[in-house]
Amino acid sequence: MFAYAVRRIVATIPVMAVVALFVFSLLYIAPGDPAAIIAGDQATPADIARIRLSLGLDQPFVIRFGDWVWRVLRGDLGTSIFTSLPVTKMIAQRIEPTLSLMVLTLVFSIVIAVPMGVVAAWKHGGWIDRIVMVLAVAGFSIPVFVVGYLLAWGFALKLDWLPVQGYTPIADGLRPWLANLALPAVTLGSAYIALIARITRATMMEVLNQDYVRTAKSKGVGQLAILFEHALKNAAVPIVTVIGLGIAGLIGGAVVTESVFAIPGVGRLVVDAILRRDYPVIQGVVLLFSFIYVLVNLGVDLLYTVFDPRIRY
Amino acid sequence: MSTSEPSVAGIVAAPDLPEVLPPRKERGRVGTVVYRHPTMAFGGLLLALVVAMAIFAPWLGTVDPTALAPARRTRPPPDLIAWLSYWFAGGRHPPAVQYWFGTDMLGRDVYSRVLYGTRVSLIVGFAVAFFSAVVGMVIGLVSGFVRWLDAVIMRIMDGMMSIPSILLAIALMALTRGSVRNVIIAITIAEVPRVSRLVRGVVLSLREQPYVEAAIASGTRTPKIIIKHILPNTLAPLTVQATFICAAAMISEAILSFIGAGTPPIIPSWGNIMAEGRALWQVKPYIVFFPAVFLSITVLAVNLLGDGLRDALDPRLAKRI
Repeated sequence: MFAYAVRRIVATIPVMAVVALFVFSLLYIAPGDPAAIIAGDQATPADIARIRLSLGLDQPFVIRFGDWVWRVLRGDLGTSIFTSLPVTKMIAQRIEPTLSLMVLTLVFSIVIAVPMGVVAAWKHGGWIDRIVMVLAVAGFSIPVFVVGYLLAWGFALKLDWLPVQGYTPIADGLRPWLANLALPAVTLGSAYIALIARITRATMMEVLNQDYVRTAKSKGVGQLAILFEHALKNAAVPIVTVIGLGIAGLIGGAVVTESVFAIPGVGRLVVDAILRRDYPVIQGVVLLFSFIYVLVNLGVDLLYTVFDPRIRY
Repeated sequence: MSTSEPSVAGIVAAPDLPEVLPPRKERGRVGTVVYRHPTMAFGGLLLALVVAMAIFAPWLGTVDPTALAPARRTRPPPDLIAWLSYWFAGGRHPPAVQYWFGTDMLGRDVYSRVLYGTRVSLIVGFAVAFFSAVVGMVIGLVSGFVRWLDAVIMRIMDGMMSIPSILLAIALMALTRGSVRNVIIAITIAEVPRVSRLVRGVVLSLREQPYVEAAIASGTRTPKIIIKHILPNTLAPLTVQATFICAAAMISEAILSFIGAGTPPIIPSWGNIMAEGRALWQVKPYIVFFPAVFLSITVLAVNLLGDGLRDALDPRLAKRI
């Protein structure tokens, strides 16, 4: 187990290196002069030259990349062109709402979707199964901002149960925090729930046909114990894998959800950065989120051995 | 065979079976497809309608989608009473029902904008599906056949897949000028790694097949093996994957336009219409509502088509998922 963990952790280093190289190279791959595009249409040649200098585009690629990696390793993601603040500081100021939203969505989605998939597989072909499958297709097809506006319109504007927009820090109390995040979390979770419910249903259907499930049934194990102890534990590996891979969609969706619900998080930071063509900020956020994504999936890989002790790498 | 046929001495022909089974239904080719794959047929029909809408947009009662009319801005869509009074007035054209989906804050006709927006979504969806399938197939084939390159290519693909695709597209769009072409390129780059992984997996499993080994053993040249034995077998999973990429690309385009990193605002795309309606959505929800509905229906159509295609082309996979 320990050797496997070490090997798996070491294996993420080349992946992170490729991510860093790719994110960094974008400035050079992009057609046209990125300095001119970032400077905008009203820029003077002096502005463009200043941005070129601040992005380091005047230096050779290898030197610039080495320099950049060295600074990233020390936790320096560069300086915003627009605000002249360090990118790490700008992200740090806005990370709480985004992490709150994502963790809440993650917990909420798993709690809803896994039982949904289990019941759908158990009552395979029944009306619950049909509803789950319809919801799954709908969750994939209805874009996240559409869900967001529908929920906000219904539950906030018409029914007036929850605040329409905004964010309250968790330090100001759990209730207002939860009230502000409830609709965004459901919004962000819609596609994620569909994904998890679908894979849970598919794996559970396979597992429920296994001999050991029949054995458990015939020796009189209760239905709930069969479903959640015998079957779900054996179906866990694919489900956990999909939950980990789905984090990518969650990160992308958070950018949109924060825009819809005016949550001052990292997603809003990206959207503002696009409008201002503040590339260092975008670069920093992309790198940070890719890093989080890789770490989550590393954690998932390590979890495999917990769910399936046969896995010995 | 019937009992009236002359029988050889001692041998009696079997009597006719009683008609217990209902007569076999004869269906045409189209009927068979609809019966066996209802989701695919429904999705295909829905998508055909949307495509027709995009092609015939200029003849479907639309006006110039970019024409400004500040005097008639934010006019809500006609309600039932307006339609009824229009109907009973004998179909003359009172201004109340002139704008089926209302007008936006610059007085532009939302109906025309939504219909023309169909074109952008479909072009981006189809183009991304096509290009990522082609590029992904080439990379997957190279990776599956050129062993020493495989490790390098797959590490690069792993790295690219570690960047959430929307963020990758955002980063690319931040460095280029907004245009439909650049949106297509950005989303394609984000989708290629998944396709090449899929193709590589199929190629690697096909290479172990006896008929491919036989072809190699009998001295068939690699290009011929690829074209005759490998390519045809990658097409089914590739088509299914391309359908889902098409749906994802349409959502991505809308997201990019919605947050201001997509098609330039002058082009009426669904994401742009929603982005413009965003500031007013609490008072004029219809500006966001109509493009949202059309986008959802179109993506649903493509997803249903993909689900059906997967069931039809790859029954093994269909059972699993």
